[in-house]
Amino acid sequence: MSAQQPKFETQTQVDFVVIGAGAAGGIIAKELSTAGFQVVVLEQGPYLKEKDFDHDEIKHFWQAALINDWKKQPNSFRKTPKAKATVQPAVMYGRMVGGGTAHFTANYWRFHEIDFVERSKLGTISGTGFDDWPITYAELEPYYTKAEWELGISGQPGPFDPPRSKPYPLPPLPIKSAGALLANGARKLGWHPQPAPMAILSQPYRGRSACSHCGFCEGYGCEIKAKSSTLATVIPEAEKTGRCEIRSGSYVRKIETDNAGRVTGVIYFDEKKTEIFQRAKAVVLCANGAETARLLLISKSNLFPNGLANSSGVVGKYLMFNGGGFATGVFEHELNEFKSVAVTRIIHDFYDSDPKRGFYGGGGLDARFDVYPIGYALGALPRETPRWGADYKKALKQYYTRSMFTFGHTTSLPVERNSISLDPEAKDSWGLPAMRVTYKDHPDDLKIMKFFSDRGMELLDAAGATKRWAGPVEESTFGVHLLGTCRMGNDPKRSVVNKYHRAHDLANLFICDGSSFVTSGRGQPTCTIQALAYRASDHIIRMAKNGEIKSA
Amino acid sequence: MDSEDTSRRLFLIKSLTGVSSAWLALRLPEIVAAQEHAHRAMQSAAPVKFEFLSAEQAAEVEAVAAQIIPTDDSPGAREARVIYFIDRALTTFDKDKQSQYVKGLKELQSKQKKMFKNSAKFSDLNSEQQIKVLKAFEKNEFFETVRMHTIVGFFADPSYGGNYDKVGWKLIGFKDDFYFKPPFGYYDREYKEAQ
Repeated sequence: MSAQQPKFETQTQVDFVVIGAGAAGGIIAKELSTAGFQVVVLEQGPYLKEKDFDHDEIKHFWQAALINDWKKQPNSFRKTPKAKATVQPAVMYGRMVGGGTAHFTANYWRFHEIDFVERSKLGTISGTGFDDWPITYAELEPYYTKAEWELGISGQPGPFDPPRSKPYPLPPLPIKSAGALLANGARKLGWHPQPAPMAILSQPYRGRSACSHCGFCEGYGCEIKAKSSTLATVIPEAEKTGRCEIRSGSYVRKIETDNAGRVTGVIYFDEKKTEIFQRAKAVVLCANGAETARLLLISKSNLFPNGLANSSGVVGKYLMFNGGGFATGVFEHELNEFKSVAVTRIIHDFYDSDPKRGFYGGGGLDARFDVYPIGYALGALPRETPRWGADYKKALKQYYTRSMFTFGHTTSLPVERNSISLDPEAKDSWGLPAMRVTYKDHPDDLKIMKFFSDRGMELLDAAGATKRWAGPVEESTFGVHLLGTCRMGNDPKRSVVNKYHRAHDLANLFICDGSSFVTSGRGQPTCTIQALAYRASDHIIRMAKNGEIKSA
Repeated sequence: MDSEDTSRRLFLIKSLTGVSSAWLALRLPEIVAAQEHAHRAMQSAAPVKFEFLSAEQAAEVEAVAAQIIPTDDSPGAREARVIYFIDRALTTFDKDKQSQYVKGLKELQSKQKKMFKNSAKFSDLNSEQQIKVLKAFEKNEFFETVRMHTIVGFFADPSYGGNYDKVGWKLIGFKDDFYFKPPFGYYDREYKEAQ
């Protein structure tokens, strides 16, 4: 921990409490503290450093080292509002300082211009809340650039990319075999492969190391700070200001308000489960698209009986997970996909929704084999392979280094019933209502997944796979991308925050994370979450300096 | 710094030859630290005796594991010392599976005695007989647990007691080095050469 980190008294009314030290919270903490404000960051997870990371598959995939713990924080799940939810893991997110950016695969795609204005271009889609964003790509572009340059992104623009004001700060990472096969197959089919933009350093940058290609990105923390997480980048910058205190192990119970409808501060449990109230002039909620909505619903009061910032009734609704369309191929020679970053080439030929397909949806396609040995041996072999014995062992030996997946990252329509709500029975270890997830993919979401699974099969064939297969498309029961539950908009009756991420209902509450999304994009939300966080910071700073934040 | 650390550093410097010096200077201490951390973890955890299973139970479980990942021209579950992983799992993160092992072993033995009248233990049977018993037993929940434990133990970090000498990783061609450089595989090499 930084020597400069201040220790604020809880009775002190600090300028800002930021809830969540992840993709958005880390950036906002850095921007606000750099602008001269006092900031307390409350993060429920631990404050791990590079020395705490390792390559232990059991710890990371079985014991939830870096993510939410379903034993302490149960979820319940149901497909429709009429069904009774059963307790089962339903959402996953990074639970540590750095949040999901510490363990994510580091795909870092900008949205395209179309993502913000799809409804105007395509019209409404019945049974959904399909809508334009209140901001355009052009408004967000400077912040995409800022994110890429502050955090360190490796890439090279492709033919379908939206306009950019500056090139990527770093060249693409070296191509891997799955990338080469994808590129070769795609060219045969007349498609346009391009280097994958990644939040991983291809060269040393701002005092951080370049990637050593160890292969442990997805699900793991980077031991050499080559992954551009907020933990490795902006959070240390925030601490250096001497105005930002990171309180890890702080589990927020309620955002408190006064009788005038202003936020007064935040009540949280520290690591010993002692209740603490931190006063603040304003609160910025960045707890991810699932926990942000849950906390607003839990923070209800006489003045806000349906939960905080929820006069619209929209808090928690329009949850979007993004979909995936997969195929697997085996090749004659070794790919060795276990080395280096997960993805090196992508295809955006099918990014836009095409009315000719007869349904809404689009996405991007990549190639990878991002399974570690245990996960591979338990579940990534061809279906007909025996489950044990000599032939099972033979298959293990034959396929691991020669396999790749194609992975289509697809749209999810905003459907009102898909939501985060409070479970009426289940409680977490702190006695708070457990998160209930209601989710059933829109029929078009399933069709676009199938579309991408089919394109993957074509690609594997064109690339010369000796064996290829695709499982059936299945309805989602588990979400990793948590989007849309506090959507932004100009109309306070149909959205939770305005275009500056200020809650329509409370002048000193801001919300910025995946929950702000109006539409889902194409499966890589982190870049846009972080661009939004930089943009929100600018506007919050402007409002604070102009005295427009009416604190209690 | 002891001599082993010195030789590890030398090894790393050698393996990084050809890389630009600025890059190397920036990164080397971190790579060394990361690798040493993993090395320490591995050394500290060599299991010496069983903590939950009796020697007899261990022999039976090991015989099952050795059918799940058999020994042929390459090491199997037995050489990977998966049994130590299982014993350790049953006293740590999978403690709640203890009773399933005790009960499951009895069920396995009763199945084996029914199929091969004069046999006392599963591990007494020859390989062909063992496979017959397991085929009749593979729907049992206990078999599923042993299968999972065997696979996990075979491929987990060796510090958990299995995957001895990284035999699991060697089987599939996985390497846990902290540093690789391109070309990584056949097709990216071919791709670069074609350009």
